[in-house]
Amino acid sequence: MGFLDRTARAMLLGELLSGMALTLSYLFKPKVTINYPYERGPIGPRFKGEHALRRYPNGEERCIACKLCEAVCPAQAITIEAEPREDGSRRTTRYDIDMTKCIYCGLCEEACPVDAIVEGPNFEFATETREELFYNKNKLLANGDRWEAEIAMRLELDAPYR
Amino acid sequence: MAKVTVDGIEVEVPNGSSVLQACEAAGIEIPRFCYHERLSVAGNCRMCMVEIEKAPPKPHASCAFPVNDGMVVHTDTPMVRAARRAAMEFLLINHPLDCPICDQGGECDLQDQAVAYGKDGSRYAENKRAVKDKNIGPLVQTVMTRCIHCTRCIRFITEVAGVPDLGATARGENMEVGTYVQKALGSELSGNLIDLCPVGALTSKPYAFTARPWELRKTDSVDVLDAVGCNIRVDTRGPEVLRILPRLNEDVNEEWLGDKSRFSIDGLKRRRVDTPWVKRDGTLQKATWPAAFAAIAAKLKGVAGARIGAIAGDLCDAESMLALKDLMASLGSQNLDCRQDGAKLDAARRDFYVFNSSIAGIEEADAILIVGSDPRHEAPVLNARIRKRFVAGNIPVGVIGPTGDLTYKTQHLGDTPSVLAALIAGSLPFAEVLKAAKKPMIILGQGALVGIDGAAVLAACWQLAATVGALSAEWHGFNVLHTAAARVGALDLGFLPGPGGKDLAGMLGGGVDVLWLLGADEFDTSKIGANTFVVYQGHHGDAGAARADVILPGAAYTEKNGTYVNTEGRVQRGQLAVYPPGEAREDWKILRAFSEVAGHPLPYDDLAALRARLEQVNPVFARVGFLPRFACTDQTAPVGNPTLASTTPFPLAVANYYKTDQISRASPTMTICTETYVTPKLAAAE
Repeated sequence: MGFLDRTARAMLLGELLSGMALTLSYLFKPKVTINYPYERGPIGPRFKGEHALRRYPNGEERCIACKLCEAVCPAQAITIEAEPREDGSRRTTRYDIDMTKCIYCGLCEEACPVDAIVEGPNFEFATETREELFYNKNKLLANGDRWEAEIAMRLELDAPYR
Repeated sequence: MAKVTVDGIEVEVPNGSSVLQACEAAGIEIPRFCYHERLSVAGNCRMCMVEIEKAPPKPHASCAFPVNDGMVVHTDTPMVRAARRAAMEFLLINHPLDCPICDQGGECDLQDQAVAYGKDGSRYAENKRAVKDKNIGPLVQTVMTRCIHCTRCIRFITEVAGVPDLGATARGENMEVGTYVQKALGSELSGNLIDLCPVGALTSKPYAFTARPWELRKTDSVDVLDAVGCNIRVDTRGPEVLRILPRLNEDVNEEWLGDKSRFSIDGLKRRRVDTPWVKRDGTLQKATWPAAFAAIAAKLKGVAGARIGAIAGDLCDAESMLALKDLMASLGSQNLDCRQDGAKLDAARRDFYVFNSSIAGIEEADAILIVGSDPRHEAPVLNARIRKRFVAGNIPVGVIGPTGDLTYKTQHLGDTPSVLAALIAGSLPFAEVLKAAKKPMIILGQGALVGIDGAAVLAACWQLAATVGALSAEWHGFNVLHTAAARVGALDLGFLPGPGGKDLAGMLGGGVDVLWLLGADEFDTSKIGANTFVVYQGHHGDAGAARADVILPGAAYTEKNGTYVNTEGRVQRGQLAVYPPGEAREDWKILRAFSEVAGHPLPYDDLAALRARLEQVNPVFARVGFLPRFACTDQTAPVGNPTLASTTPFPLAVANYYKTDQISRASPTMTICTETYVTPKLAAAE
């Protein structure tokens, strides 16, 4: 009986038809793909994108050159040099991130005691040359200024879970 | 000896030891902040609590509790842990949470011990204490809010450095450590406060915010800025020397280091010669190595050996001096000298020019006579050892020569060599003191030897040592205190005029046609003859380079593997921490390369072969690090008539402690120190 049953199913194209039916059913469901450059999917508040150095609302840079991010970075992508600023405070004279080394693990952000280095929501920073991916302090601070609103909101959303 | 059981481990410690020392002997680490092996016991941090059986049932501060025979100690009971946690919580009440901006971060005792005994949160909601920072000079940065009142700094500066500048005012929570009235710390050992401070209250000012300890590569080396040969650790990042810390060596520097040796490293980056220079048309111009060598070789052609001379500087390693000596020998020259200050040293026997009692031996001496030396500024670490001996037993210390405050009580006997004659004759009461002493020490400084009667002073000191019984089969009390790190090594190698050779004075004023200066800057270069062709091989553009016709860029002491002999005669090796800048090379390699051009290749191609040659020249170079104690086996006096002692006062060998060599003269930190400490003193003297 088993042999007859199998042969009948094969001859009547039952599997093919059920597959076609599934395809047909998706035709009437809303589509999941988006028209990427013009449409974007949502990203979570913990998304780890391009790095940024933040400032306090009064314009003072947050980074105090404690070098914990440099120490924790598993890819050794961060380089910091520091010296006392004119007012005697501890500040970086150099803060470089090699974005080609970075593995976007977010440990720098975890390590930062003053929320200075953060990974923002931006993931669209492809460049034409490799050199453009060696970020320096000015680039990172500019990123911070550009993305501050998003970053601040993201940190606020995530705060209850930290 | 007392038998003590610590956590089940039985150890025997000397009577009078503390429980903490017994625990150390048993290999159990006790957390502590205020206790330090070399300082008196304060017992105020309360971190070293242990439980002791049959003692009152409470935690005891182990650093201040003497051992008893049969004592049973527990270091890890619930009571002990609770006591330490409570002590830690109290310490952290007023300690700021500023580890991210604190320079001690990563090497902080409080951080480390908080991992073991700290809570993860704070129960303290009240206001924290804030203390105004003090300005205590150009070397030590203070952040007094971080202070946990361990008083190590006060005890160090009072007991070891002997300059009671620091103290505590008020008590309890209001206690503040400071200098009472604002002033710069007047000690040459103040940098050690930075190492001693268990928290970040006292940190290094020149090194502020520069690096974290985990970024640094550490290289063991030897200090060359004075002749004590302190053992140091050179911390580097990339091509830069960032700081220098002392390394433990009980026989030499214990764990201390002078401020010049510690802070003049910024001089290693300034005024460096990093490319060869050749004088063309009256001005020095940059050149290549082959061009520089060709210029020297062309000049040397046709010059008789007797018209060539070489002078070795104060910071040279033994390897390069030997290579230079061999090169000069191959050129037929006997004109060598290493005594830039003109000190009348006698190299006939080794005990005529070394510190025979050894530095550790100072602690056995029971009377000291210092002749023409200011050990506080010539060798601050050695002076701390004399002070340690003085504090331990209040021994008589006599001084001949113009010295200031040596941080211990001294008896000033006079300023002139004639006092020595009076001591030998026994007409001064101090002669009896020396005679009565079992182990008298006579320390002869370079200031006493540079005068025209230097040889007479040397002989007179030896005679005095023999008269008072300092030269016996058990004890050698004749000591020469050098100021130059290279001097003893050079004397061991015989870097002195050979038979018929000219000394420094003979080579100046046109005595030679070609003069090779190996880092020699400490003599008056204007006295070099106008027609003398000067080759300067060294690392800094100092006096010698200014007069040179050819400059060959060499390596500073952090940039080469070198052998140095300290004033005791102890052979020690420094290691390369960073590479020399630019075109500069290790000095012996330069000399080896030039010998090829000159047509007399030196018979060694690598460091091992050169060191084998060193041992061949003088077997003492085989004995690295270790120095046996020598008694006086031969009482034959050095040459010189001891009765010639004149009435000119001894000059000071070191006028400005902070600037004695090429490196410290190029250092901005040392310039600031000079302005802070030396200039006001000179102004006041006028």
